[in-house]
Amino acid sequence: MTGAGEGDGGDASGGRGDRLSEAVAALRTVADDGVDFDGLVVRRGSDGLRFAVPGAEHRGLDAADFDARAREHAAHVREWYVWHQEMPQEPAQWDFLRWVERADEYHPPDRRGRLTRGGGVAREWGQLSVQVRLADPGRERGRDAGGSSRGADGDRRRRRYTLRHVDDADTPAGQLEGYTDPHDARRLRKEDDRGRYRPLSTAPTLQRGWAFVDLEPAELVRAVEGFYPATVANWHREREGELDVTHWEETVARQTGIYGVVQTWNRGEGHEHVDWVAEACCDDSQCLKRREWEYDADTPLSVDSGDGVFPCREPCSLVVAAARRWTRLEAEESRTYEFELTPSEKAQVEEIVDAVADGRAGEVREADFADGANRYRARFLRAKRFEDGDLCGVPTDRDEEDGSGGDTDDSAGEEAGGDGAADDGCGESGR
Amino acid sequence: MSEALLVVAHGSHLNPASSAPARDHADRIRAAGAVGEVREAYWKEEPSLRNGLRTVVAEEVYVVPLFVSEGYFTEEVIPRELRLDFEAADWDSDGTGAGSVTLEPADVDKTVHYCGPVGTHDAMSDVIIRRAETVTGDPGVGPDVGLAVVGHGTKRNENSAKAVEYHADRIRDRDRFAEVRALFMDEEPEVDDVTDHFQSEDVVVVPLFIADGYHTQEDIPADMGLSEEGSGRGEYDVPARVDGHDVWYAGAVGTEPLMADVILERAADAGADVEARTGADAAGSARAGGD
Repeated sequence: MTGAGEGDGGDASGGRGDRLSEAVAALRTVADDGVDFDGLVVRRGSDGLRFAVPGAEHRGLDAADFDARAREHAAHVREWYVWHQEMPQEPAQWDFLRWVERADEYHPPDRRGRLTRGGGVAREWGQLSVQVRLADPGRERGRDAGGSSRGADGDRRRRRYTLRHVDDADTPAGQLEGYTDPHDARRLRKEDDRGRYRPLSTAPTLQRGWAFVDLEPAELVRAVEGFYPATVANWHREREGELDVTHWEETVARQTGIYGVVQTWNRGEGHEHVDWVAEACCDDSQCLKRREWEYDADTPLSVDSGDGVFPCREPCSLVVAAARRWTRLEAEESRTYEFELTPSEKAQVEEIVDAVADGRAGEVREADFADGANRYRARFLRAKRFEDGDLCGVPTDRDEEDGSGGDTDDSAGEEAGGDGAADDGCGESGR
Repeated sequence: MSEALLVVAHGSHLNPASSAPARDHADRIRAAGAVGEVREAYWKEEPSLRNGLRTVVAEEVYVVPLFVSEGYFTEEVIPRELRLDFEAADWDSDGTGAGSVTLEPADVDKTVHYCGPVGTHDAMSDVIIRRAETVTGDPGVGPDVGLAVVGHGTKRNENSAKAVEYHADRIRDRDRFAEVRALFMDEEPEVDDVTDHFQSEDVVVVPLFIADGYHTQEDIPADMGLSEEGSGRGEYDVPARVDGHDVWYAGAVGTEPLMADVILERAADAGADVEARTGADAAGSARAGGD
């Protein structure tokens, strides 16, 4: 298998001082320690050096023979060098960059061929499309007119990454708004396509229209982490069998301040309430992380944990904040109300709840009167069935009839300001 | 030994401006090349405090809370979420004297230097003064001008007021401004009657807040009579004429670029090999609100 201009047939140009020569020399230097990487095996035996790749093995080599054999299998040697000398060595980053190009699935000659041809190799990470190719950065940037020799050509190639929204993966990067600073991803993740604030980075509402082009490996990881913070680190831990999952019970028990109240929601009556939380917040339609936390280590939740690439290792701050509100609401007892509705009106109420829950309320067409969540339909229902804001005139609280209805809304204290508790979450005072 | 700086901040589920200062200051520090690795972590945003340290590559991490005062967050929430075995007594502080403590987090193989909040660092006094300069556009602002340093104030945490009074005292001692007062939203003396506290016709009001949000853009301007309650975010004149005074309202001091240097000072005090300042202390920074 031969890639464009470089297979494992070797690189006999023999130039010294180039990157391949550095790689060969470096490989020879570590032979005493032994190398076993992506099919390349190098050892020092009693009779000299051993060099082996799949389908070829050479023993008893002196330094000159070793170098010659290594140059014949340049792809193997280059890949070993790239992954041990040039790529970020931090284990999670290294693992992620290997995953991006499916390094474990293809041996170096094949891999380099795939990375060189066309657009290279692409993978999806949440709503990100990561594309990697082996390219000559100098030539692509139009800076370097040289590089005509075959050896130099292979020598110049570096891994370069393009990052786009998955829905823009087929759009040429030049037609998207280009970014070069990977830290800009931190700002892009903060708004959706409609300019609305995204408090949850892994919500499936990442905005489109941007492209990070020509990123170096470490820059790629920065940008990916800018969009989806800490996903690489936790994904890597999971692959190593070391993901430290913190389950609901433990997360809730740790809360203090205004969130301490959530502890009272667990009353030894099963975990149905936590199933509802996960179904509301953690479904793939709401968050692209794959939920790994359960009620506790011995009690799994009954709802689907999702298909995301990267794991969710504990209930996030959004879930805890929502749970605080539900803890209060769920303290209420149910009551029996009596409403007069036509069958279609009952169905319409259900359609409206569905439309809001599925985030499609804003998409219902202006004149689609068949849709119960249509605005005119909702206005008609209100005009007909509401009296003073009450459905069918039935007061929400019985007490309201004597005018002492309790308003329990404390949203100001929760986020917008106010001084609800030691942890009022106003997010600006930083007390 | 490689070193990293982790700026920890509150963040918000509702207000995008809440995390902007942490992000902007991290960028300034990075651009200046002052520290090799700069990361952020948030209580309400991502990466969470729980995940913050595992996004850091370096083994030596200087954790600087972008908070105004010592208290619930710096002494309880942040150490707990970072899995640091920390007691408030470790700082041996009177409320404004926290330095740093070296600790080993439970979930990552790193050394953490847990620093006191930016708000109580001495250099914060300079940022308040810089804020007064930028809002008035006058690098020499002071002799005929009154300065109000405004805090949230809360009866639950006396340190909240201490930090404000600490800087007001330090700035007063410099004899640069005609008058300096510490005022509060939720306790006496209150910012509502700001002009009652000053003889000077010009009064600069600098809230000792990290980020602009409901308090700094709606509450305080409305309390002072700069805007109608509910008139919307940032809808006030600078200066605004109130009871015969010109009130120069600066917005949250935490958005001032010079704040990045306070973060670096905190790390340097804890032993970080900080190579440079950000350059934000160079003259001529833009007027307030420009960043």
